[in-house]
Amino acid sequence: MARYLEINKKQTKEETWEEPFYLNMGPQHPSTHGVLRLFLELEGETIVNCDPIIGYLHRGVEKLSENLNYNQTIVLSDRLDYIASAANNTVFALAFEKLIGLEVPRRAKLLRTIVCEMARICNHLLWLATHALDIGAMTVFLYCFRDREWLLNIYEKICGARLTHSYVRVGGVRQDFTKEIIEELYRFTEEFPSRIYDYETLIDVNRIWLRRTKGIAVVPAEQAINLGLTGPVLRGSGVPYDVRKFRPYDAYGEVDFIVPTGKNGDTYDRYRVRMEELRQSNRIIRQCLDKLPETEGEPVLAENAPDLLIPEKVKEPKPQPVPKKGVIFRGVDRPIVPSGEAFASIESPKGELAVYVVSSGSNKPWRLRIRTPSFVHISAIPYMAKNHMIADLIAIIGTLDIVLGDSDR
Amino acid sequence: MKELLNRLKEKFSNVILEIQEKDYPTIICKRNGFLDFMEYLRNGEGFKYLIDLTGVDYLNYPQKNFEERFEVVYHLYNLDNKILLRIKVRISENDNWQYSVTYLWKTANWFERECYDMFGINFKGHPNLKRILMPDDWEGHPLRKDYPLYLEEEQEWINYKEFIQKIKTS
Repeated sequence: MARYLEINKKQTKEETWEEPFYLNMGPQHPSTHGVLRLFLELEGETIVNCDPIIGYLHRGVEKLSENLNYNQTIVLSDRLDYIASAANNTVFALAFEKLIGLEVPRRAKLLRTIVCEMARICNHLLWLATHALDIGAMTVFLYCFRDREWLLNIYEKICGARLTHSYVRVGGVRQDFTKEIIEELYRFTEEFPSRIYDYETLIDVNRIWLRRTKGIAVVPAEQAINLGLTGPVLRGSGVPYDVRKFRPYDAYGEVDFIVPTGKNGDTYDRYRVRMEELRQSNRIIRQCLDKLPETEGEPVLAENAPDLLIPEKVKEPKPQPVPKKGVIFRGVDRPIVPSGEAFASIESPKGELAVYVVSSGSNKPWRLRIRTPSFVHISAIPYMAKNHMIADLIAIIGTLDIVLGDSDR
Repeated sequence: MKELLNRLKEKFSNVILEIQEKDYPTIICKRNGFLDFMEYLRNGEGFKYLIDLTGVDYLNYPQKNFEERFEVVYHLYNLDNKILLRIKVRISENDNWQYSVTYLWKTANWFERECYDMFGINFKGHPNLKRILMPDDWEGHPLRKDYPLYLEEEQEWINYKEFIQKIKTS
């Protein structure tokens, strides 16, 4: 019998597997999380080669922002990673503040940290929901969206928008939290850990989940660094690189949190890392909320922050007129953006998000480069998908947590 | 940090043109001998992680103090000592090519493709240098400063035109 099988195998290899089979997955495929096209070379159901093709969502944000002033580009940044737009706003603001040399008030830093961590929770909840749905667990999806809705409602109270909230501004944030929001956030942080526990009971030891995730897309630490993977994907491989710890920004230097890491670098470890990050984010929000009363009454926008419409040139200083009632007047010496360059990076929920800005001294950036985690992560798909089944490719796309708006810019 | 910069300056005095103190230490190098320098940084100094690779077009830049038009900017990071380095190579318009570092960092593969797509800088030694964000048959390189944001007359994409004609004739 065994011999017969051997011969049969040989024959099939010679007869039918001579030519590789090419398959286009996407751009319109529900599991590719957007308009990602994967050109697959198959041998049976095994992936021999994979060529990701992106650019279907290219809107030219970098070119557009060369023709907009610094505050206007922040609105564009919302549209990059539309699931966690607070993180995008923050990295833009950080880069511009570095360029201008602004000092952000402490209260604004705390508020930014809270908003960023809320974005992380939102993102990880959506990731868990869709990842589980792709693999086959429907229930998690509904539970996750329920909790995400709660956070989106809080966002709505903070700034009026649910997804594209340009809440973070150059020099601080738009407006202060009201008492109601702080109470709501306290209630959320109180409740949320038990919710995380709920999700874990659903899938943590689920036999299907384990078989679909354990040992899939293993990336060794050395390889992961070389591929440029960041965020939970890198930490799943056991490298404790986190921008929040390595180059602290905003209020991350004064809060206490742990950077969870995995061991094996497979899909299951990355799932564990993200679940642990949810708990840590919750802790960070709680600590920041506790610190808010210390800074009661402080401004949330730096005194010398540029106006929304940054002028082309600074007018010569003239005697200051008495400001009329109801008119916001920030003085005549507005800080014009000096020529130079700045590089700022943050730990966005998906990985390291960096902005490199070159200024020529006008009110518009000369060059604005956005290094997005999704772009790098998609480039790693060929390495990760090799010798896996097509069904595993879905799990790989899910575990990388990509958003095509983020990668195509 | 200063020790590292001095060490690099001694060892690669013929490659390094200038070291600037900005938000992060910035090293401006020549193109000749650039690959040796990068190889030493990766294997000798432990800069294992390439954060970013991008191009900048300095056509008609007001405060320009060099001749070449393009700059290729690398951001390298040392995960053990937490040092971030910025490395720049200047490239003239007529001779716009640069060595590829894909064999050192696999991340560079797509970054270089994007840089080629947006600026038209050719990377020598790149395994698969083709457009990435723009369509394959696109003309021009969008992030160059002489590429207009709006065209004077509205133009349709050629593929789209042909497609419409095909539908009309069939």
